[in-house]
Amino acid sequence: MGITFYLIAAITLAGALAAMTLKHLVHAALAVTVAFAGLALFFLNLDAQFAGFAQILIYIGAVAILVVFAILLTRGSDLPKDGVFSHTWFVGFAIAAGIFAVLGWAVLASAKALPSESAVPAVTVHDIGVVLMGRYVLPLEIVALLLTAATIGAVIVALHEKERAR
Amino acid sequence: MVEKADQVFVLLQHWLISFLPAVLQPAAAVLLGVIAIVCVFPGLFALTTIFERKGLGRIQNRLGPNRVGPFGLFQPVADGIKALIKEDIVPTSANPAVHFLAPVILVVAVFMGFAVLPMGRNMVLVDMDAGLLFFFAMGASTELSVFMAGWSSRNKYSLLGAMRAVAQMISYEIILLLSSVAVVMTAGSLSLPKIVAAQNQYSYGLPHWYIFTPWGLAAFVMYAIAATAETNRSPFDLPEGESELVAGYHTEYSGFKFALFFLGEYLAMFSISGLGTTLFLGGWTAPLSVLAWIPSWIWFFGKVMISIFVFIWMRGTLPRLRQDQLMNFAWKFVLPFTLLDLLVTAFWRFMGEGWLRWVVSTAILAGAYVFMGRVGMYKEHFGSRTYRYAE
Repeated sequence: MGITFYLIAAITLAGALAAMTLKHLVHAALAVTVAFAGLALFFLNLDAQFAGFAQILIYIGAVAILVVFAILLTRGSDLPKDGVFSHTWFVGFAIAAGIFAVLGWAVLASAKALPSESAVPAVTVHDIGVVLMGRYVLPLEIVALLLTAATIGAVIVALHEKERAR
Repeated sequence: MVEKADQVFVLLQHWLISFLPAVLQPAAAVLLGVIAIVCVFPGLFALTTIFERKGLGRIQNRLGPNRVGPFGLFQPVADGIKALIKEDIVPTSANPAVHFLAPVILVVAVFMGFAVLPMGRNMVLVDMDAGLLFFFAMGASTELSVFMAGWSSRNKYSLLGAMRAVAQMISYEIILLLSSVAVVMTAGSLSLPKIVAAQNQYSYGLPHWYIFTPWGLAAFVMYAIAATAETNRSPFDLPEGESELVAGYHTEYSGFKFALFFLGEYLAMFSISGLGTTLFLGGWTAPLSVLAWIPSWIWFFGKVMISIFVFIWMRGTLPRLRQDQLMNFAWKFVLPFTLLDLLVTAFWRFMGEGWLRWVVSTAILAGAYVFMGRVGMYKEHFGSRTYRYAE
């Protein structure tokens, strides 16, 4: 854990905090994008090129754009009158803290259970491709089928809306 | 001698860093590469603006800029000085932080793409295992900056232009990715230097570029269409349709921020041409084995400049598309054809050497092209073509 880890952690946390506290929805969406970029940098810091670039391509290139589009197409980018904090914020905080505690416990426990590896195995993109097309081809196909079904479903929902409008 | 000319920039880099202590050398080598990229491509941008304005003038039967310097060659210098000393206007209701960050993020993201392009033998800044993925990841980040520019200006034209631009870039990005996947399937690598190396073979003095295969030609045409749309160039320049949207998402930008958007657009053209060259046109390899003595970087930049010329030529020739035509074309013609091309590439990969795979893949692609064209045109009832001239 060098200085880069703490720098990236600071950027990611700052992005996440800003996304939570900023009043303007579009600003919050842009702050979430900073947090996404921070996560991608974490992957790159761990030498996981494929995961890092996929994170940038999917989260910054697609998810962030989707969020921004959704904000613009639905309620506009007006400022809310009565604050951005929900009245039941402590419930959400308790649930988040609980999940964080469980995850932290699981990670710390697994670190003891696993044998400590001296060298990190070098995984190239080529290896990932071979494994995806060989051993894990069935899960890949199932995910592909699921996504195709979701796309067709989205098209059908959109079509229905259009007919009703007439 | 030939070897030296080919490696002149690499040797220059080694010579320059040899003055430094060994600890600093790797960092200095990267820094020199970055400086070279940051200097060469904006210089090329300045040359391209004058080339484009002269070329468009030629196509439209007028002179083009001819007042500054001999033949108007110093026009880019005058333009640059004008952009620098112009007042930087930010609208009162604009969102100042986002308004400022948008052009900066655009230019930075576009510059990052050059890091993985092999511009000559041994001339790549970072030889990444997932270079192609990195390139597309950086390309995807530019969409957000376009949105930021349009939204933060608080101007309906800017916002409409940005929405158009983002919708168009997302639609055509899928095609851009899928047409490159065909090359990745054949080369078996996401690393751009390896893709170039896979094409660096000759039989009977002719190169093994991917464009000279049926699936490669189809993928290249689809890539070129998607690249034109991705860089918002004519005939896909709806996001800046002057007659409807003033100037699209950069309506509210002036001075050097506007110049940055302009720079970003041209740099995106260079990088996407560079990627197309690398994937389909053999990168820095020579078109004939007898011409291999010409330095590799001349071939790379020559191919990029030819692509830029084609961009300018199309801009001077083709009228702008309508929004529904743009989307229909992307989703109903180009995307299915690109998917079919992936299938054909798989056939090509597994049918082995021989003439049979040429016949099969050409037949499938040509048949599908004619069929889809006929089906698409079926409802349109176009009559025979007529010409009307101004009298």
